[in-house]
Amino acid sequence: MMRSVWIMLIMLVALAPAQSLDPGEALADPMLETRARALSQELRCMVCQNQSIDDSDAPLARDLRVFVRARLQAGDSDAAIRDAVVERYGEFALFRPRLAPHTIALWGMPIFILLCGGFLAWRLVGKSSETSS
Amino acid sequence: MIAELGHFVLVLALVVAAVQAIAPIYLARTAPDIALSIARRASYLQFILILLAFAALSYGFVRSDFSLAVVFANSHVAKPLIYKIAGVWGNHEGSMLLWVLIVAAYGAAYARFTDTKDSFAARVLIVQGWLGVAFLAFLLFTSNPFARLLPAPFSGQGLTPILQDPALAAHPPLLYAGYVGFSMAYAFALAALTGADDGGNWARRMRPWILTAWIFLTLGIALGSYWAYYELGWGGFWFWDPVENASLMPWLAGTALLHSALVAEKRDTLKKWTLLLAIITFALSLSGTFLVRSGVLTSVHAFANDPERGLFILAILGGFSLAGFVLYGLRLPRLAADKPFQPVSREGLLLVNNIFLATATVTVFLGTIYPLVLDALGMGKISVGAPYFNAVFAPLTIPFALLLPLGPLLNWRAGSVKPLQNRLLLAAGAAALVTCGIVLSRGAASVMVVALFAAALWLLFGAGLDLAQRLAPYRSRLIKFWTLPANAFSAPLAHAGLAVMLLGILAATQWRAEIVVAAALNQQINIAGISLRYDGLREIDGPNYRAEQARLTYLTGRHQGTHIFPERRFYEAERAQTTEAAITTDMTGHLYAVVGETSGDKRVLRLWYHPYVAFIWLGALLMALGGSFALVTRLGRA
Repeated sequence: MMRSVWIMLIMLVALAPAQSLDPGEALADPMLETRARALSQELRCMVCQNQSIDDSDAPLARDLRVFVRARLQAGDSDAAIRDAVVERYGEFALFRPRLAPHTIALWGMPIFILLCGGFLAWRLVGKSSETSS
Repeated sequence: MIAELGHFVLVLALVVAAVQAIAPIYLARTAPDIALSIARRASYLQFILILLAFAALSYGFVRSDFSLAVVFANSHVAKPLIYKIAGVWGNHEGSMLLWVLIVAAYGAAYARFTDTKDSFAARVLIVQGWLGVAFLAFLLFTSNPFARLLPAPFSGQGLTPILQDPALAAHPPLLYAGYVGFSMAYAFALAALTGADDGGNWARRMRPWILTAWIFLTLGIALGSYWAYYELGWGGFWFWDPVENASLMPWLAGTALLHSALVAEKRDTLKKWTLLLAIITFALSLSGTFLVRSGVLTSVHAFANDPERGLFILAILGGFSLAGFVLYGLRLPRLAADKPFQPVSREGLLLVNNIFLATATVTVFLGTIYPLVLDALGMGKISVGAPYFNAVFAPLTIPFALLLPLGPLLNWRAGSVKPLQNRLLLAAGAAALVTCGIVLSRGAASVMVVALFAAALWLLFGAGLDLAQRLAPYRSRLIKFWTLPANAFSAPLAHAGLAVMLLGILAATQWRAEIVVAAALNQQINIAGISLRYDGLREIDGPNYRAEQARLTYLTGRHQGTHIFPERRFYEAERAQTTEAAITTDMTGHLYAVVGETSGDKRVLRLWYHPYVAFIWLGALLMALGGSFALVTRLGRA
C-alpha cells in the first residue's frame, strides 16, 4: 500500500531535480566521454526549462545523450553531431547559437560595446592631453 | 479582522505615499522647509503603515488562517514555523508586500539619516513617494495579499518544497533590499537632474546608499547560488538562467555605478555617465522584477503568470525608466562638461572598469532577451545558454582582471606605473609561479583556462599589494589591527573576493570528479581518492515529508568511519519530491552525494567531488565585507 502511494507521489512530481547521467551510459574511452560531456552541455533538453541534456533526467534527454555517444563512437565530428541534432529539433536545441546573419548582433555586440567604450574614453582622455600640452 | 486591518492600513499607506509624492512639489518653491518636513513625516508614516500590514499578513501565515487566499495557496498547518513565516514572501502577493515595505524602509531611513535638510533631500523623498504610490497601487489593485476565500478551506496547499529551506527564506529579502536600494540611486539622479542646489555633492551623498544596495544584492545572489548548489541535486552553482541573469544585470551595473560615483565624488568628472548609470541600474532592477513576475520567463521564480499584473509592472518599469531617461535627455545639455583626465591614473583605470562592466551588463542583457526578440520578429527560435555566456565572459574576464589591480595602486590625476614597477613584477612573478604549479600538478585543459588562472592569481596578489600600500603608514601598529582604518581594507577585500571567486569557479568547473553507480548493498565506491561503502537505505519521517535515506560510510582518510546520509524527500501536501544532497567539507573541497532511483535490486548513487567550490561564496562574502568596510568608513565620516 505504502509503496503504491509513493509511486503515485513520484509520478506527480512537479519539479524533479536535475540528475544527469545514468549508470552505464558513460563511454569507456575517456577522450570520447569528455567530448560527449562537452557536447551534451551545449545541447538543450527540449522538454525541460533551461537545462542541457547533460543535466536533465528526462527520457528525451537520455535518448539524446545515447544518440550523441553512439555517433561519437561511429567516428562523427562534433560539428556533424550538432548538425544532426539541429536537423531533428531545430536551432533551438543549441545553447551556443551558431554565428549566422541572425545571430551577428548577439555575438558582435560585446565587442562593439567594448570598442565604443574605448573610443569614448579615448576622446575624453585625448582632450586632456590637448589641454595639458 | 486582522487581515481587514492590514488591508486598510495598506490603503492608508497609499494615501500617505501620494501625499509624499505630490504635496512637497507644490511647496518646494514657497516653503521648502515645510515641503521637506512633510516629505519626511510622510516617509515615516508610510513605513509604519506598511510594517503594520506586513505584520498582519505574517499573523495570518503563522496562525494558518486559510480564509486568506495567499495563505491557503502557499501554506499548510504541517509546515515548520520558520517556513510559515518565510511563506509570507514565498508567493507573489506577499513578496510584493515585502517589496513595498523595503521601498518605504529606504525612504524612511533616508528621511532619518540625511545629513542635509535642503530641497535636494525633499526631491529624493518625492521620487521615493512616487515609487511607493506605484508599487502600493500595483499591490492593492492586482495582487491584494488580504483577499479572502469564502467559505474558508479546511487546509492549505503548502509551499513548494524546494522553497522550504533556510537559505531561500533569506534569499528574497536580501535580493529585494538590493534591488530596491538602487531606487535610491535613481532618486538621487533625478534629484540631481532637477536642481543643482546641492553644490554637486550628490555623488558623495549617494555612495552609502548604493553601497548598501550593492552589499545586499551581492549577498542575495550568492545565497541563491549556494542554495541552487546544494538543493538542485548535482552541484551546479550558476545556470545563466534568465532569472539569475535578471539579478546579475543590476549587480554588474551597480558595481560600475559604485566605481564611477567614486570618480564623480573625488574628481568631479564622469558625472553625466554616473547619472545615466544610476538610472540604468534601477531600470535593470525593475526589469529584473518584471521579467520574473510577468511570466515572460517561466521558471521556478514565476509565481504568477498573470497578463494583467505583467502589464501593470511593465507600465511601472516603462514609466520610471522613461521618466528618468527623458529627464536625463532634457537636462543633459545643461550639465557641466566632464573634466578630461589622464589615462594612467586611478580615474582612468576606473573608467576602464566601467567599460568592461558595461560590456558585461550588455552581454547578459542581450543574451537574455535575444531569443525573445528573435522569436517575436519571427526570425526563428534559438537558445542562448551557459556555453554562450562562458564563451563571451572568459575572454572578457582576462583583461579586466589584469588591469584591475592597477587602479587602486595608481594615484588620482596623473599616476605613474614606474614607482610601482618592482612591486608589480613581484606580484606578476608570484602569479606566474603559482600558475606553473597548477599546470604541472593538475594539467591544463586549454590556454584560456591557464590564462584565467593566471589573471585571477594576479588579481589576488594585486589586492595584497594594494592592502600593503594602504597599511604602510600604520606599520608600527599592525598588531593592534582594530585601530587600523577600516577604509584600508575595503577595496583590497572586495577585489580579493573577486579573485577568490574566480579561482573557485575555475577549480570547481575544471577539476570536478563525478561518478554514477548502481550500487548493490556494501558495494565500495571510489571517487577523487576517497573510498566509501554503500550501507543501504531506510525510510524516515520528517515534520511534513517522508524520505528515503541512504547511508554511506567513509572507508579511508580523515573521515574514516563516519557516515553520510543523502536523502530523497516526498512532500505529501505539495505532492512533490526533492533531493537532499549529503555534502562533506574537507580541506580541498566538497564530497557531494545524491541518492537516485532504484535500478533492479540496486540503487543509483551519484557522487561528485567539487574542489574548492566554497571559494565561490567565500569570494562573494569577501566582496560584501569589503563593501561593508567602505560603508562603515563613510558612515563614520558623516
